[in-house]
Amino acid sequence: MANMTLTKTPMPEQEPQVRAHNFKEVALGYTAEMAMEEAGRCLNCKKPKCVEGCPVNVRIPEFIAKVHEGDFKAAYEIITSTNALPALSGRVCPQESQCESKCVRGIKGESVAIGRLERFVADWYRENVNAMPEKAVSNGIKVAVVGSGPAGLTCASDLAKKGYQVSIFEALHTAGGVLVYGIPEFRLPKAIVANEVRKLEAQGVEVMTNMVIGRVLTIDELFEMGYKAVFVGSGAGLPMFMNIPGESLKGVLSANEYLTRTNLMKAYTEEADTPVIKSKAVAVVGGGNVAMDAARCAMRLGAEHVYIVYRRGEAEMPARLEEQHHAKEEGIEFKTLCNPVEILGGEDGRVNGIKCVRMELGEPDASGRRRPIAIEGSEFVLDVDTVIMALGTSPNPLIRSTTPGLDTNRKGGLIVDENEMTTRTGVFAGGDAVTGAATVILAMGAGKKGAAAIDAYLKK
Amino acid sequence: MYKIVRKQELNASVTLMEIEAPFVARKAKAGQFIIFRIDEMGERVPLTIAGYDREKGTVTIIFQKVGFSTNALGALKEGDYIHDFVGPLGKPTPVEGKKKVCVVGGGVGCAIALPSAKAFKEAGAEVTVIVGFRSKDIVILEDEFKAAADRLILMTDDGTYGRHGLVTQPLQELLEAGETFDEVLAIGPVPMMKFVCRTTQPFGVHTMVSLNPIMVDGTGMCGGCRVTVGGETKFACVDGPEFDGHLVDFAELTSRNGTYRDREAEVKENHVCRIESMGKALIK
Repeated sequence: MANMTLTKTPMPEQEPQVRAHNFKEVALGYTAEMAMEEAGRCLNCKKPKCVEGCPVNVRIPEFIAKVHEGDFKAAYEIITSTNALPALSGRVCPQESQCESKCVRGIKGESVAIGRLERFVADWYRENVNAMPEKAVSNGIKVAVVGSGPAGLTCASDLAKKGYQVSIFEALHTAGGVLVYGIPEFRLPKAIVANEVRKLEAQGVEVMTNMVIGRVLTIDELFEMGYKAVFVGSGAGLPMFMNIPGESLKGVLSANEYLTRTNLMKAYTEEADTPVIKSKAVAVVGGGNVAMDAARCAMRLGAEHVYIVYRRGEAEMPARLEEQHHAKEEGIEFKTLCNPVEILGGEDGRVNGIKCVRMELGEPDASGRRRPIAIEGSEFVLDVDTVIMALGTSPNPLIRSTTPGLDTNRKGGLIVDENEMTTRTGVFAGGDAVTGAATVILAMGAGKKGAAAIDAYLKK
Repeated sequence: MYKIVRKQELNASVTLMEIEAPFVARKAKAGQFIIFRIDEMGERVPLTIAGYDREKGTVTIIFQKVGFSTNALGALKEGDYIHDFVGPLGKPTPVEGKKKVCVVGGGVGCAIALPSAKAFKEAGAEVTVIVGFRSKDIVILEDEFKAAADRLILMTDDGTYGRHGLVTQPLQELLEAGETFDEVLAIGPVPMMKFVCRTTQPFGVHTMVSLNPIMVDGTGMCGGCRVTVGGETKFACVDGPEFDGHLVDFAELTSRNGTYRDREAEVKENHVCRIESMGKALIK
């Protein structure tokens, strides 16, 4: 008999007052007992809708049945047959709009906690087995993957399983893309990312860091070197600014810079050489997950006041509800329906305030969201010494500007056909490099599709 | 890991190192830069490429020991390794189609001016080089410049060697005497580049400068190195590092470069050199 409790088994978390001052993981994960109890809530549907909601089609009811039996190893093998990175996706996927949104238990009560179970299985495996995957029999065909973010890692893993000889070219000094420079340690411990990269290397994938494709090597040179196909998963790393007065003052940073210093360069630790700005009061401009991450980092780095400044209302925020909730619990103040018009500075060239105007919502625009309109004469100043711009990012132009014949759309995303192939034969692309900033799991899905398409192309 | 194959002290605070980095050496061009990271906890520091040997697969860097990371790098020896060395980054110096140029270098900036002067020369230009140093004891690369330039003017601020005065003096004289240049390229401290631009502006001589803002990734993903050029925001790491000096907002660059000054001072004061302590631990 299934566990008919209407609510998810709660997952233990660090107390908000405690975690707001450390970089340790917020969510602590299920124990085996909790996982087995929660797994009992799954009805094992004949036609599981949840699987359709998963961009990498994890066989959800099957793995959950194994969790219920307490056979966690079998559960892990089922998950990893379609998903190379469960410890990551279980943590950072927006399950509420994917697998869990389709769960029948969600009609009356809460859906099954699929993400938490996936995470539990992956963590259990890492802590208890952590066997490195076997190398597949090589077919001797070389494939290059540009970028080691979620799209590239997934693509490389799938190709390696099929016997391809895969090399990943990463521009930074550590593999992982946004998983290492963007998403903070308290949401995704970096040791877990590193373990996934080690598993990939055990599969025979060569990971080359400090390789900026477009500068060190061009796509054309990769073909000259004998790679038969290239997958571009270079992401959307180009930060946007507002072009308002005062944006070049000391203390105005893109969220990418702030997060890179904090996470990749480990500026939150005593031992790191990279400095990060020490702030008393911080305004983070934007309402997405990146804004929440930056705000929560600022709090942990010792700021007394951290504001989220967002031009629409709370209901319109693109950040996950869970992230908004976590941020608020940690004391982050939300200034919604506010838009910055100028950043103010002192004679020392440092930020000392941000002038905002209050907004109201008008008619829906082309994106279907209600358009924010400034209320005249409603300007006010927030006293801050740091402003972090988290307005979104667009695809980095380095590869497209150095590769002839690689077409992009108006927003800089690489154009691909239904087989993920770009306008250059043999060059495939996926993830944010194609779509612009999206989610980790969509990038993983694109990497998976890219690997299948490359396999089909090379078998022709 | 990248091996230091040669180390040479050029003067008390300026060091030359030749680093084994075949991929960087294959593509490097004058005007481009690298980013190094000394060890696992190191910061990413940009340095302009001072030379390269494509056959040996090495890249030469010349740096001044000004802070924690450059001091730590300077403490390493031949045969030691550094953790990361990535490049070439940025755009190369555009040298094509210029018949007569003047390259102006200041202090350690001369190390960066040298490959650009050579590149102009190789592209067929007549090259005048003006280099300036504070004093005789910090003069570097004099022979190399002599070999690369059609005309070399060496200045010291205190008159202990070469001509007495600043680099802008001979430049001003040349321009006043009716000398014309297709381009002046200035590389050195921000005030020097600013004053070179002021000198050339009334004569309408196209002037490029190599900017040195704070950088993190060097690949265009963070905007830490943003500068204002002609009223537009540019990222020096991908759009530069060379820009039209008559359009650069130098005051803003100077101000932004001071963002972490307090912290840098604190680190210099209190930081126990990891390499030193590692060495001591090994001896124990």
